[in-house]
Amino acid sequence: MTLKILSPGLSTSIQDLGRPGFFHLGIPIGGAMDRFALRCANMLVGNPEGAAGLEVVFMGPEIEFGRDALVAVTGAELPPKVDGEPQPTWTAFPVKKGQKLGFDFLKSGARAYIAVSGGIDTPPALGSRSTYPIGALGGIDGRAVQAGDMVPIGEADAIEPGFSVPESLRRGIGTPAELRVLPGLYWHRLTKEAQAGFFADDWSVAPEADRMGYRFKGGKPLEFVDRTQPFGAGADPSNIVDGCYSYGSIQVPGGLEPIVLHRDAVSGGGYFTLGAIISADMDLIGQLQPHTPVKFRQVDMDQALEARHARKNMLRDVRAHLG
Amino acid sequence: MKTRYTYGGDEHIYVEMDDEMSLDAFFKSLSMSNAVRDAKIDGVTEICPANASFQVKYDPDVISPAQMMEQIKNLEHKAEDADKRLKTRIIEIPVFYQDPWTHETVMRFRERHQDPNGTDLDYAARINGFDSVDAFIEAHHAQPWFVSMVGFVAGLPFLYQLVERDKQLQVPKYLRPRTDTPKQTVGYGGCFSCIYSVRGAGGYQMFGITPMTIFDPTQKVSYLRDFMVFFKPGDIVKWKPIDRAEYDRILAEVEAGTYAPRIAEVDFDLDAFNADMAGTNAKLMEALNDA
Repeated sequence: MTLKILSPGLSTSIQDLGRPGFFHLGIPIGGAMDRFALRCANMLVGNPEGAAGLEVVFMGPEIEFGRDALVAVTGAELPPKVDGEPQPTWTAFPVKKGQKLGFDFLKSGARAYIAVSGGIDTPPALGSRSTYPIGALGGIDGRAVQAGDMVPIGEADAIEPGFSVPESLRRGIGTPAELRVLPGLYWHRLTKEAQAGFFADDWSVAPEADRMGYRFKGGKPLEFVDRTQPFGAGADPSNIVDGCYSYGSIQVPGGLEPIVLHRDAVSGGGYFTLGAIISADMDLIGQLQPHTPVKFRQVDMDQALEARHARKNMLRDVRAHLG
Repeated sequence: MKTRYTYGGDEHIYVEMDDEMSLDAFFKSLSMSNAVRDAKIDGVTEICPANASFQVKYDPDVISPAQMMEQIKNLEHKAEDADKRLKTRIIEIPVFYQDPWTHETVMRFRERHQDPNGTDLDYAARINGFDSVDAFIEAHHAQPWFVSMVGFVAGLPFLYQLVERDKQLQVPKYLRPRTDTPKQTVGYGGCFSCIYSVRGAGGYQMFGITPMTIFDPTQKVSYLRDFMVFFKPGDIVKWKPIDRAEYDRILAEVEAGTYAPRIAEVDFDLDAFNADMAGTNAKLMEALNDA
């Protein structure tokens, strides 16, 4: 049983929850940018939460089904259609063999997740089906899906359509979108004024925003504390001796435009990082469109853990609701 | 050398042994990251050693950040007391310096370079005070290198040369990164050499290319059947200059699955090295020649 990709959309890739364990060799964790949305989509169609689905960016694909299946579309508001008939998002709906799944224009968010009962069954690489194009790992031959691809689907148990994740259990984006930051790493490299300015300034998502990283613009350039650059670091004040990068860490090359490193980011490099977006807000970044206004808000570790806990509870409530 | 501990969000602890690069800092970082691995702390998911620092990723639902921090700090003395000795391997990596492929890329991105009128090697030789490109190339391959970090992209090694600080070669990165670098380019930035494991963007100066595949996701290359990544931190590398004919020959062997990299098992002792660098390096290269 396969899905036949009639048109791939803008950038559609196979993703699961990622391949942790190889970061020390430069292989990123990968996986869905919005893991909460992928988990929900899988739960709706009766898959394990970590099954592989399709991550769709901005524009939907068109897919012909080779078998009856249950489908759910979560994450961004990208309205699905079956043979032209509108279907709800965040809800399991049936697609019959030979029918075509298509999409209307994106209403909000950036990445939609398509789960199909049985899950995508491409061969795993290093324990994951997630597509990592730079290393040619996962997905189909390590790349995004293309027109003509036949995507294999696993066996599925029969499950009823119509289950839905209520709106109260979905997360809004907010205007401006607020991203909470725990200062750390090389925070001390910034002057007090730059530290305050980073949180006071209005930022927006730059066009260069993808699975590797999200770039932001609009704030004032960040000034560095004067120093003689250490041996091996490089001449620019934003340079350090190359180190590992944390998932979610914020680097600011030249002090100009902050970049939040995301699922497919490089594992290390020679730019200072001023801290990291807290784990609870990483899914949200995956839903930000270019030009979205953003505020960075400073939090401490207790607040970061509280937010993490709140996200876990939200997932627990979805499980309880669908269970 | 003063260790600095900090949090990277709620899921990482970052430990910087020193803000400048040195073999001592690298050794301490490798040894301490090994101590963390050996301690098998519940909740740790990834341990990533880097040049002069390392990072631990953990699940804060299993162990609190403060407890994790305390456990790691308690291991610092182990790294300090540890023998500065490493059982490792020395590998000969053939390099075709001034090859036509990196040269074409060097010329294509000239406007992003500090010196648009020369090549990357002309520039690197000049700013490091060498009379000729040949003399600079000689300095690049005469003494061995430590793989001090693997990362950036899949399987890319950063290498630090086993010579005194005043003999370290240093070059800045490109003014603006290139959008393209040939696969297996031997590059240079700061005090580090590297091998680009895959084709892609890059900011390091380009000196040459190796015919040896060092990352193979299909695991078809004979010496990558066990694992797709060739290098690990702590490996020692000796560059071997080769010409076009040898490049073509080795490339054909890699593709045919018959190439066997020259490798020797060695012990590296940091104190012995610091006491006699030339002598220690001579012994390392002797082991390689006997392999």
